[in-house]
Amino acid sequence: MRVDLVLQNWELFAGGVWVTAQLTFLSLFFGFCIALPCGLARARRVGWASPLINGYVYLFRGTPLLVQTYLIYYGLSQFEFIRDSWAWIFLREAWWCALIAFTLNSGAYATEIIRGAVETTPKGETEAATALGLAPRQVTWLVLIPSALRRALPQYGNEVVFMLHGSAVASVITIQDILGAGRTLNARYYVAYEGFITAALLYMAITFTLVMIFRQLEKRYLRHLNIRPAKKSHAIPA
Amino acid sequence: MNMLILIDYIPLLLRGAVVTISLALLGLLLATVLGALGAAGKLSGGRIAGALVRLYTTIVRGVPDLVLILLIYFGGQRLVNTVGDLFGADYIELSKFGAGVLSIGFIYGAYLTETFRGAYMTIPRGQVEAAQSLGMGALATLWTVSIPQLVRFALPGYANVWQVLVKSTAVVSIIGLEDLVGLANDAGKTVREPFIFFSAVLVAYLFFTWVSQQIFNNLERRYALRGHDAG
Repeated sequence: MRVDLVLQNWELFAGGVWVTAQLTFLSLFFGFCIALPCGLARARRVGWASPLINGYVYLFRGTPLLVQTYLIYYGLSQFEFIRDSWAWIFLREAWWCALIAFTLNSGAYATEIIRGAVETTPKGETEAATALGLAPRQVTWLVLIPSALRRALPQYGNEVVFMLHGSAVASVITIQDILGAGRTLNARYYVAYEGFITAALLYMAITFTLVMIFRQLEKRYLRHLNIRPAKKSHAIPA
Repeated sequence: MNMLILIDYIPLLLRGAVVTISLALLGLLLATVLGALGAAGKLSGGRIAGALVRLYTTIVRGVPDLVLILLIYFGGQRLVNTVGDLFGADYIELSKFGAGVLSIGFIYGAYLTETFRGAYMTIPRGQVEAAQSLGMGALATLWTVSIPQLVRFALPGYANVWQVLVKSTAVVSIIGLEDLVGLANDAGKTVREPFIFFSAVLVAYLFFTWVSQQIFNNLERRYALRGHDAG
């Protein structure tokens, strides 16, 4: 393993980390914006919206992210009316195509997570809020959503890691993300391991940082659900 | 856009689908073996075995499948030839399909390690102790008491891993494997209709997922405790 090549080209990898971070963060953010209304509508079985959302979630969760990305990047550009429209400004760029595919994908997974969390919210919580005189909108925004999102944290943490790993697909459509940087290094110096191992280590470092952040968040926001035996015995007066 | 063009390519796409399905099934087989070994290593309580398994699952959970596949194929290619050169061998070409099976099995073996370990821990300890008190040997206990229940407890997690594994096979097309995705990509470029071909691939994957869901639902019903839900 020639570490000197990696060190000489650290800027390549720094750029890759930045692109991966951007794609992951933005697609998670926009995906969440899709998922919150969709998840709520699904949990409440809104008549006309439910089957549509179901179809969307089923399509994006049931197929590979790579193929979704291909369909948007290679597939849409074959149509003349798309190439002539304003949307072409975005769709001709690999970066935007990746962002769109990742956003829709993450949105579908997050919809399921939020739906599950909303459905398992104890009825007593919202009933208590209504009994205290909160309007339905207030119950949703002040009680239901904060409570559901807290309990969705562990699963959402998995989704964040899943998206980070999924974003490596971007390198396949020419984007210089972490893996893209690794492939460029390998091609430039005709080496086989260096680029990939560096990419693997970088992904690993980011993954475990994210896992640690979520563990802290869970400790903070799920404290009320954690009944730890250690704490319990502490509470018993000696 | 010409939907009819797909008809000419049905044999080709079917050939790709066979490659994809074989890759997934063989990958699952390898993953099951690695998962069982991993779970056994973790449950054995051995220091070295436990540390090795932990290293294995940590690497797999930290690195994207795409990176691991590229590393195993291109890195493996280089490794095999470096070793081959020492013995004066000619250039050795690694099989793409083999590398795909190896990668998929390696990745999902780590996830199955957790699935199997979790399932094993769900088996009440009293049952194993009861079997021992009846004079059954360790192997007989494992085979007639633990494993039949392991199947029941592990099935939902196993089904989950399979669904993720199937989608992961698409990524193997990156190393040039002529699977469903790789062939559809080539065909779509040749006839300049990528949209139709990738849509067909999406439909095929939805079909795989749907069929496997039915199969696993059936299995879960069959292995469920009578009078209990399938979990």
